[in-house]
Amino acid sequence: MANDAVPASAGGSLGWLERLPVRRIILTVLTVVLVVVVGTGIVKTLTLSGTEHLDWSFWANLLVIGIALGAVYALIALGYTLVYGILRMINFAHGEVFMMGAFASFFFAAAYAQSGFLNTNPFAAMGVLFLTAILVSVGVAVLLERVAYRPLRNAPRLVPLITAIGASLFLQNTAQGMFGSQTRGYPRPEILEGTIKIGKVSFDKIDPVVIVTSIVVMVLLELFVKRTKTGKAMRAVAQDREIASLMGIDVDRVVVITFVIGGVLAGIAGVLYAMTFGQVGATMGFLPGIAAFTAAVLGGIGSIPGAALGGLILGVAESVGPYMLLSGLHVPSPFELKGVITFSILVLVLIFRPGGLLGTGEAEKV
Amino acid sequence: MLHIRTPLRVVAILSVLAIVGAACSNDDEGGGGGATGSTGAAVDCTTAEFGCVEVAAGAPIQIGTLLAIEGDTKNLGLDSQYGVRLAVDYLDGQFDATDGQILGHDVELVNENDGCNAEDGQKGATTLAANPDIVGVIGTSCSSASLGVADKIFSDKGIVTISPSATNPALTTAGTHQPYYFRTAHNDRIQAAVVADFAYGQKDAKTAVTIHDESPYTQGLTDGFKANFESQGGTVDSEEAINSADKDFKSLLEKIAQNAPDVIYAPDFNPACALIAKQKATVSGLENTLLMGSDGCSDATYTEIAGPAADGVFLSGPDLTAFSGGDFYKNDFLPAYEDQFGSKPISVFHAHAFDAFNVLAQAIEESAVQNEDGSLSIGREALKDAVQNTSDYQGVIGTITCTPDGDCATQVTIGVYEVPDVGFLDPNAKPVFTETKTLDEVA
Repeated sequence: MANDAVPASAGGSLGWLERLPVRRIILTVLTVVLVVVVGTGIVKTLTLSGTEHLDWSFWANLLVIGIALGAVYALIALGYTLVYGILRMINFAHGEVFMMGAFASFFFAAAYAQSGFLNTNPFAAMGVLFLTAILVSVGVAVLLERVAYRPLRNAPRLVPLITAIGASLFLQNTAQGMFGSQTRGYPRPEILEGTIKIGKVSFDKIDPVVIVTSIVVMVLLELFVKRTKTGKAMRAVAQDREIASLMGIDVDRVVVITFVIGGVLAGIAGVLYAMTFGQVGATMGFLPGIAAFTAAVLGGIGSIPGAALGGLILGVAESVGPYMLLSGLHVPSPFELKGVITFSILVLVLIFRPGGLLGTGEAEKV
Repeated sequence: MLHIRTPLRVVAILSVLAIVGAACSNDDEGGGGGATGSTGAAVDCTTAEFGCVEVAAGAPIQIGTLLAIEGDTKNLGLDSQYGVRLAVDYLDGQFDATDGQILGHDVELVNENDGCNAEDGQKGATTLAANPDIVGVIGTSCSSASLGVADKIFSDKGIVTISPSATNPALTTAGTHQPYYFRTAHNDRIQAAVVADFAYGQKDAKTAVTIHDESPYTQGLTDGFKANFESQGGTVDSEEAINSADKDFKSLLEKIAQNAPDVIYAPDFNPACALIAKQKATVSGLENTLLMGSDGCSDATYTEIAGPAADGVFLSGPDLTAFSGGDFYKNDFLPAYEDQFGSKPISVFHAHAFDAFNVLAQAIEESAVQNEDGSLSIGREALKDAVQNTSDYQGVIGTITCTPDGDCATQVTIGVYEVPDVGFLDPNAKPVFTETKTLDEVA
């Protein structure tokens, strides 16, 4: 009897261990640690005094910069999310679609800057720049779909993913070969040079342009997807491609339209990004591409409002985050750690909400 | 990548065998005879450290270049490569687009890219070091490609390296200096001191913020600037850091504008350097803050990217108007440069590269043993000693005397230029501030 009791109690304690909600405990501990670290950082930053004191106008300035950056990320992220929604594939070459558009418009921008047209007729010139970027981005996106992705539509999901990475490198190296490996300066019309000051808050003149353009474009996209017949077809294909085709929807056409929309958004984002940071280069698509992909995942890949929200959060986190969290802890040069902050946010969101903020709540396997 | 063709390699191996054979037979005959040693001291290639490079009769002397010739810093590297090519051209005493010779041998340049970073520096140095026919190397463009990377790889193989533009102090500091490493570039101990003198003494700046990109070159300069600026009485409010791939400096500049310093010293590379200048205009609060950079920014890319936004930025670098070989530089060198490469110089180290090659060529002439069959035996250690013993050589940039620590430019005139009147747009542009210092007088 005594012999039986020992294993029984051991089994009991083991069972108790097994019943422990390990995942929940880890999450709780993580949450507590995070709240403490982030909380201390923020409190200490906001209570800095003397010469170290950071005024509210500083945070407002950073917020504007962050929202403008986030708006660009959101436009690119929409390209990822739309394609994912329709084809369940990550179009890793989307960053290069963005780059190609920006680069194409650069040649017009440089010529206009030289001839003075950019300053005398800024609106017409900007119109041409956007149009060029959109046309080239759409062209590249449609070609990509036609040449690289359509033949692999029914292949296992890993295959188009690898193809996309290959296409991305191909486009990057093509741009390097055609346009050179150097970074080029992207001009701005004179009316957009300099800063605007409202009270104590000041910002770059281009920032409101970027924000307004992005909002308009996103509202138009939302209307297109929700109100038009093609938009309805897109949503149907996103729900179930096979059933949609049985209902008489031309799936190929819908896919092409999706890539066209992604290209339009990338082209607009390309010009806005190039103007904001004053440069284009063959590798400029890489980092914004990764950031936008992160934004799409953060918001819940496949979700249109999710991409917009993810972009916004990422942009603001990148500009405000490092200073808000690290200044008070006296970490030297917080600026350099902006990547750490943004990608930590991604990891945390994926731990707590695997499907993204506005996603389905389920983990998507890429 | 350049590989010698198989027949050439066979010839090279055969000639090595022949020479070894000759050396053996010399021993039997009691020495003498085999090598005429017309110009240099006889070298025993079998016992000398790292042995000899054997250049067969009629074969070219191969010199490597490891410069930043691709990517964002390519103007910096190409400019130096052009300087080397002009030096090869000038071996016959004239710029005529036909290459001259060293001791009756043609010169073949083997060009690699240092990418202005440690990874590419390692790749390029390994490729060059694997080629047993490379006599010496002109490179690297950037300190990051050399420090602990290319300088070590070459020194471990006994390949003499002379850099035209890598300026980090650690490269020639006892302890980190590699024995086969030399440079005609100035030491940034001097440049940092001059920049601090300019900011504190000339512009009356009392507070500063520095921005480096974690690379040895930029960090060496910002550290040196801080030491000199603070020893004079100024304060460096903060030392910021960026990643060299960053494009977005607006939030950093906003932060700096919160407590606007008198001067921002950002001696980075392009495009970061140019983008900081460009984006500084988009942040309010920095209107009265001076922006300064150094020679890493000083290539044509800078003004291409930054455009008029960069006007008024101060960039330090070698004072091209103070070259002691100034007449030759203006009347012969620059026209030849424009003739052969179709533009004014695109950066500021072409003359340093020209001199670096000539120092190497002179050392080869001094140390090489000319054999009776027309071949050359160049002892690697003897060549290094010859470079190190270079003394009072009259180069374009000035008088060149190499020290055992590898610095060959010991007295340097650094100029501070105000954009757009800069040396990389117009070599005759006058710097707004200029100062000459020797290595001994700076900390």
